[in-house]
Amino acid sequence: MFELRGIHKAFGESVVLDGIDLTIEPRTTVALIGPSGCGKSTLLRLMNGLLEPDAGVVRFDGHEMTGNALTPARRRIGYVVQEGGLFAHLTARQNVTLLGRRLGWDRERARDRAAELASLVQLDSALLDRYPHELSGGQRQRVALMRALANDPEALLLDEPLGALDPMVRADLQDELKELFDRLNKTVVLVTHDLAEAQHLAGRVVLLNDGHIAQDGPHGALLREPASDFVRRFVSAQRRLHGLEGAAS
Amino acid sequence: MRCLALLLVLLCSCVSRGQETLKIGSKSFTESVLLGELLAEKARREGLTVEHKDSLRGTRLVFEAVKSGAIDVYPEYTGTLIGELFADRDVATDAELRQALADVGLAMSDPIGFNNTYAIGVLPETAERFGLAAIADLRKAPNLRMGFTNEFIERDDGWRPLKEAYDLPQTDIRGIDHDLGYQALGSGAIDAKELYTTDAKIQSMGLTVLRDTIDHFPRYDAVWIYRADLPERSPAAMRAIEALTNVLDEAAMSALNARVDIDGRTEAEVARAYFDNAKTPDGALTTGDRLRRAAADIPRTTAEHAVLVGASMMLAITIAVPLGVLAAHSRRFEQVVLNVSGILQTIPSLALLALLVSLLAITGQIPTIIALFVYSLLPIVRTTHAGLTQIPQSVRDSARSLGLPRGSMLLFVELPLALPSIFAGIKTAVVINVGTATLGGFIAAGGYGDPILAGIRRVDTVLILAGLIPAALMAIVLTLLLDGVERMLSPAGVRGGIR
Repeated sequence: MFELRGIHKAFGESVVLDGIDLTIEPRTTVALIGPSGCGKSTLLRLMNGLLEPDAGVVRFDGHEMTGNALTPARRRIGYVVQEGGLFAHLTARQNVTLLGRRLGWDRERARDRAAELASLVQLDSALLDRYPHELSGGQRQRVALMRALANDPEALLLDEPLGALDPMVRADLQDELKELFDRLNKTVVLVTHDLAEAQHLAGRVVLLNDGHIAQDGPHGALLREPASDFVRRFVSAQRRLHGLEGAAS
Repeated sequence: MRCLALLLVLLCSCVSRGQETLKIGSKSFTESVLLGELLAEKARREGLTVEHKDSLRGTRLVFEAVKSGAIDVYPEYTGTLIGELFADRDVATDAELRQALADVGLAMSDPIGFNNTYAIGVLPETAERFGLAAIADLRKAPNLRMGFTNEFIERDDGWRPLKEAYDLPQTDIRGIDHDLGYQALGSGAIDAKELYTTDAKIQSMGLTVLRDTIDHFPRYDAVWIYRADLPERSPAAMRAIEALTNVLDEAAMSALNARVDIDGRTEAEVARAYFDNAKTPDGALTTGDRLRRAAADIPRTTAEHAVLVGASMMLAITIAVPLGVLAAHSRRFEQVVLNVSGILQTIPSLALLALLVSLLAITGQIPTIIALFVYSLLPIVRTTHAGLTQIPQSVRDSARSLGLPRGSMLLFVELPLALPSIFAGIKTAVVINVGTATLGGFIAAGGYGDPILAGIRRVDTVLILAGLIPAALMAIVLTLLLDGVERMLSPAGVRGGIR
């Protein structure tokens, strides 16, 4: 579904991605993980063309992500950021159906789709007519997810989707997301700094360090067969922080 | 010249040349119109039918009019005749001037009695303290603060040659507008200023006029210029003209000017009162009268002001918002747009008006609207740019990643989010605009500038307020109106605060 070849990306002097090759198969869930500044968010933003690589190629479903191909591709890729990125001047419903309405949905179709999505992400549909500032953090993330799913995309890109939430809400939403991913059966790429979350949600974990892929493997591989000293140190640091044992097994 | 001739033909054709009608002309300032009215009133009393073409634009036009016979007589100044109308004939003496006039079929009366030239004026207290009676006396008070117009400071017969001619010691010279100078003198901000010797303020402020005893300044004796055939055509007209020679000295003329400029009377009223002596009340208008006159003018000035502000704001919004969008979206244009609009803002408003008038060769509303438009650009461009660039990265990324069409993204996401910021700019521009538009009064654009500038000229607070108060109210009303529009346009989510 996503194919990245020889990706280089620098912001001014600082090189963020230095020769990344990555292929993501359809209908898999992949977590990009790594210490902050490792380039994981940049990599995600390259996948839907929010950024362009300095060198290398990004393809989505065989199409190179440049120029005129961007807009149609983006409509097939849902994207959710940490803060939700909701449009403050629109109600939850309007946020969710903005693109649809612009693409010609009538009022009825928009209403039906919003209700459908609300039940999918378990949002009380009474909240749909509230503005973002009238919603809690967890509710806002659900609305952001609804917006990303509104056009029934084939892929979902999630940049720290739970990063801004408090631990209780976060744990609940992790479970819900897991269930949702299983049910939707879409290609999902999510960025997180939390190894437990990555292990919990994704079947494949890609650990980035300093612009390179440090290890790329199936669920649990980082714990069982660390590919380098860095991976070992990263895992043990995460373990100390979160008591990872349970999640890893 | 051909245009002038055409104009004169028109002037002539309008008036049948009946023997009984005396046609008087005057130039477009109070003293000239007033003299014309005095002669008209006197001639009527001599039993003549009179026609007064008052406020003709420009010395040349009036002079050509009397030469061609479109008018029979008008008041003129010897300095103007010598220095301007016969500048090419090297006229120096009175006899030479009369000869030059005779050559073009004209004649000149005896002086009306006053010399409207430059002098130096001080408050009577200052005159008494230093013993000042003539310009030469200024040597006794070297520390006086002098406030002169820039023209007087620069002129060939202005301050520098005057200082040399009289060997004057003053060094504290400040540039100040002629009319504002009177206020500065009255308030004690300066001690002395240049006067035109028949200025209305000399009377109303009771100033002491320091005379030019060595004739440094050219003489501007007021005289009547009339057609050489007038004495034989109409002896009654000549009697009227002669009755108005050697009758008005500087003080008397200044007092009459004051009736018009300061008391707010019409020239005709003042002329009638002059011959009736005490029959017509000649005091100042009461404050009530002045308030009524000022108030009666407010609908007109308001309409004019609203056109200036409205047109320039429409233009500014139409251009500045897209420029702000361009600046926010294109790194290449960002600095250019912001810097250019910033530089335009630094041009002093009077300089910009003067520049526009000379570039466009027109005065009035259009150059004023353009100037106001220029000053409205920066606030709106800047706030549009700021409003758009301050949209959080996560929101912008979300909008882009949805795959919204470019136009929809701007229209449905970016502009609504930037709306409060854009409106802040528009409101700032409107307030600046309402204030700046008063400067349009300098170039005949009308609006609240008219009463304000006239009020400054006449030191008439009522008139100034008749411009200032409505201007302040207009600024408030427009701001409230824009608040309403903003509330209508911006949905609850933005009003509740962006998060």
